[in-house]
Amino acid sequence: MKKIEVLGPGCNNCVRLEKNAREAVAMAGVDAEVTKVTDYAEIMAYGIMSTPGLVIDGKVVSYGRVPSAGDIAAWLSE
Amino acid sequence: MTTLDLRASHRPHLPLRATVALSVGAWLVAWLAEAPLADWLAFTAFGLERGSHFGEAVAFFLLDVPKVLLLLLGIITVVTLIRGFFPPERVRAALAGRGLLAGTVTAASFGIVTPSCSCSAVPLFIGFVEAGIPLGVTFAFLISSPMVNEVALVLLWGLFGPGIALVYMTAGLVVAIVGGLVIGKLGMERYVEDYVWALQGKGGTVTAITITWQDRIHEAWAYTKELVRRITPYLLIGIGIGALIHGYAPTELVAAIGGRSNPLAVPIVVLIAIPLYSNAAGTIPIVQALLGKGMPLGTTLGFMMAITAISLPEFIILRRVIRWPLVATFGTVVTIGILCIGYLFNALIP
Repeated sequence: MKKIEVLGPGCNNCVRLEKNAREAVAMAGVDAEVTKVTDYAEIMAYGIMSTPGLVIDGKVVSYGRVPSAGDIAAWLSE
Repeated sequence: MTTLDLRASHRPHLPLRATVALSVGAWLVAWLAEAPLADWLAFTAFGLERGSHFGEAVAFFLLDVPKVLLLLLGIITVVTLIRGFFPPERVRAALAGRGLLAGTVTAASFGIVTPSCSCSAVPLFIGFVEAGIPLGVTFAFLISSPMVNEVALVLLWGLFGPGIALVYMTAGLVVAIVGGLVIGKLGMERYVEDYVWALQGKGGTVTAITITWQDRIHEAWAYTKELVRRITPYLLIGIGIGALIHGYAPTELVAAIGGRSNPLAVPIVVLIAIPLYSNAAGTIPIVQALLGKGMPLGTTLGFMMAITAISLPEFIILRRVIRWPLVATFGTVVTIGILCIGYLFNALIP
């Protein structure tokens, strides 16, 4: 099972990213769990300053932008 | 091949260049046709009387709504594209190790292009402190980022003209630079939460992720659409109230409350602005109508700066990284800066 983490304190973009991530899971048809990381110390530990960030299986795949569900699905099926 | 299929389904079907060229062309046509069309609609199609209260109010509304929406769509897309090249991670690298004055000026300038969102303030703050950037430089950035933001600038340009937009930007930068230098001088490092200091040097680093032009343009447009969709209701209400003021409010009333004869006008408008935090879309059209009715420029500038820069949610959220004395100092420095700008312009421009 893949582990998707949405890094962000809960602003508009973070909500959009979480929605896209859930859509992507359905699109790619993979088994994945989407969790939100809202704790600043945890977010910063990934080295990003611009939220929202997206982490798949511990690897930062995007930050400071909201990738589309299609993009995320493509990363998931890589 | 699933990868390709998934991507293709979310892409426009026209080639990128053609889509961009068509959009720019359509925007230009709409921009040029907008004013004559609004005039024609109000006075010919609707048959309203030129110079009448109602006619002028309707014409004002019809002219301003499409104009501001077009400006927002066009300029925010371009600004978002440009901003993609200045992520905070890069700004931080550019700021680290600079002299105090150079760092403060650079930080304030970067504030223009970086997004303003109260929820990004904390990660930015921690990230800056972690990289050893002085507190004053960090605050210069925190002041300028919401105050000199692109939505406010676009609205000012569209409704007031480029001159006032430029004056606002310059005044905002001055407040940010001076504010940053003052906070830096006060030596308030002990009011930064301990866990933030503990993070210093511990943050990971991310490798730069390459993004294609197609993705950049696609995302800039998606961001702009979402932003415009979110602020349009406020904009309509704001321009509607502005139109009513424009058509009906007596000049004497505005002059009595916000006019030159009232020495407390600047602090009063700053107080009014506090609960309107960051709702530039709804308030700038109203302010424009007030300026037209005789509110002095300094009072107007002070009001707009207070709307964008004095944001209670941001102060509360900053409490997570700094203690109350520093939050209060931050708020006080920004407020004093805005009051100075207000009184200065009222004195300079009679």
